[in-house]
Amino acid sequence: MNRPINAKNSSGKKEEEIASVVNRRLFLRSAGLATSLGTIVISAACSDDDPDPMIPGTGDAVDLGSGDIGVLNYAYALEQLEAAFYEQVIKTPYAGITDAEKTILTDIRDHEVVHRDFFKAALGDKAIKGLTPNFATIDFSKRDAVLGAAKLFEDTGVAAYNGAGKLLKDSGYLLLAGKIVSVEARHAAVIRDLINPKSADFAGDDVLNTDGMDKAVAPADILAAVKGYVTDNITGANVGK
Amino acid sequence: MDIFKIIDDIQRIDGDALGRMEFASRRHFMNRIGSKVAQVAVPTVFASIVNKAFAQSAGAVDVLNYALTLEYLEDEFYKAGNAAANLIPASDKVIFTQIGKHETQHVAFLVKALGAKARTKPTFDFKYNGAFADVFTNYKTFVTVSSALEDTGVRAYKGQAGALQADPQILEYALQVHSVEARHAAMTRRLAATVTGNAAMKGWITGKEGAVPAIYAGEDNMTQGGKDLTGLASKSNAAITEAFDEPLTKEAVLAIAGPFIKS
Repeated sequence: MNRPINAKNSSGKKEEEIASVVNRRLFLRSAGLATSLGTIVISAACSDDDPDPMIPGTGDAVDLGSGDIGVLNYAYALEQLEAAFYEQVIKTPYAGITDAEKTILTDIRDHEVVHRDFFKAALGDKAIKGLTPNFATIDFSKRDAVLGAAKLFEDTGVAAYNGAGKLLKDSGYLLLAGKIVSVEARHAAVIRDLINPKSADFAGDDVLNTDGMDKAVAPADILAAVKGYVTDNITGANVGK
Repeated sequence: MDIFKIIDDIQRIDGDALGRMEFASRRHFMNRIGSKVAQVAVPTVFASIVNKAFAQSAGAVDVLNYALTLEYLEDEFYKAGNAAANLIPASDKVIFTQIGKHETQHVAFLVKALGAKARTKPTFDFKYNGAFADVFTNYKTFVTVSSALEDTGVRAYKGQAGALQADPQILEYALQVHSVEARHAAMTRRLAATVTGNAAMKGWITGKEGAVPAIYAGEDNMTQGGKDLTGLASKSNAAITEAFDEPLTKEAVLAIAGPFIKS
């Protein structure tokens, strides 16, 4: 089990939800499944990359919706995470940050905040809620940790927008996504150059394929990849459909 | 050649491809029972499927040939720059070698995708009617032109996204190249800022800040999705214009690139 029962208590879940989980576990046990096989079944159901209908998570359920609105909410969700990340970076700068680095990271923060607030305004009453990020695994006091996370977020953002483009039906939305993704790619290149200056990493062979192309990744895979950075349980099964 | 990956890619573009390939392979098999079947069947069947897979619409062929023109231009530019003696300092060689590699890969991909419909390579004049006379002898000029070409590439691909909506897989490939051009642009802009001493030039485009003004027309747009974003999130106009890159029409791009293209 990934999460002890008492973690759910502290998250404020209703007692009957916990009781029902316990009851299901007891049922499995009494049915003779609490063997090694049963353990595998249960731990698989609790896996972090598989939203688990059996065990309530610690955060809220957030459905991105369907069609173009789903894609825009998907972008809004990612921009929320990026904006929150850079807001924290600027609020608690890592040890030894240079003026040049601070200028770059402040610029990027501003771009992500603009993207986030733009999507929120554009979506209006169709916008998902404000998400609760979870950056517990990122040590904001360390340069390597912060720039490493920034690289991950930017490369992920590029792959996400590239993969979402063909899901959009409205050409105006497609153009908007295009206007934003190239800015994310600029961020990715600059962050990568901060990590390994004057190297090939700004458009590195670790992220590009042998046709000289960036990744394009489907929403389900992106959501699984960022799941650890947000407490909400985001589902996007109907994004673009 | 990873034939299985390619077949898989084609299958995603053209759902009938595998069926036709199997049918054709079976016919080959029945007609020519022998050990050479596997070697013969795959390439011939494959060639016919590639054409079908990529030539989905006349519009897409036009866009891909337009992209090929620009990729040829970039590829030739970096081949010449990387080959020029005493142009690129040792510290920056790896950067332009990497960029040049990608442009060569983009050309190869587009030529393969277009097959017989691929345009021939134009002949270029990188001196731009004399405006960049020292482009391959003066590093400042080289970096300046490089950043301008990359930013133009970003704007050009962006401007064609809508024209590829009927061809989703080609749209995705175009987006995957588009973001790589943006990575190049950010890197070369920062080099240009250092080499030319222009601190206002960042990896992203503030207002319409760039080395060649005509290329940046409209980059200072403040209206997105029909909304004037002035004051959004209490951010400056500079930050808001940096947050969105703007497209260029094919006509505008060809007007910019025209003096580079002799024929």
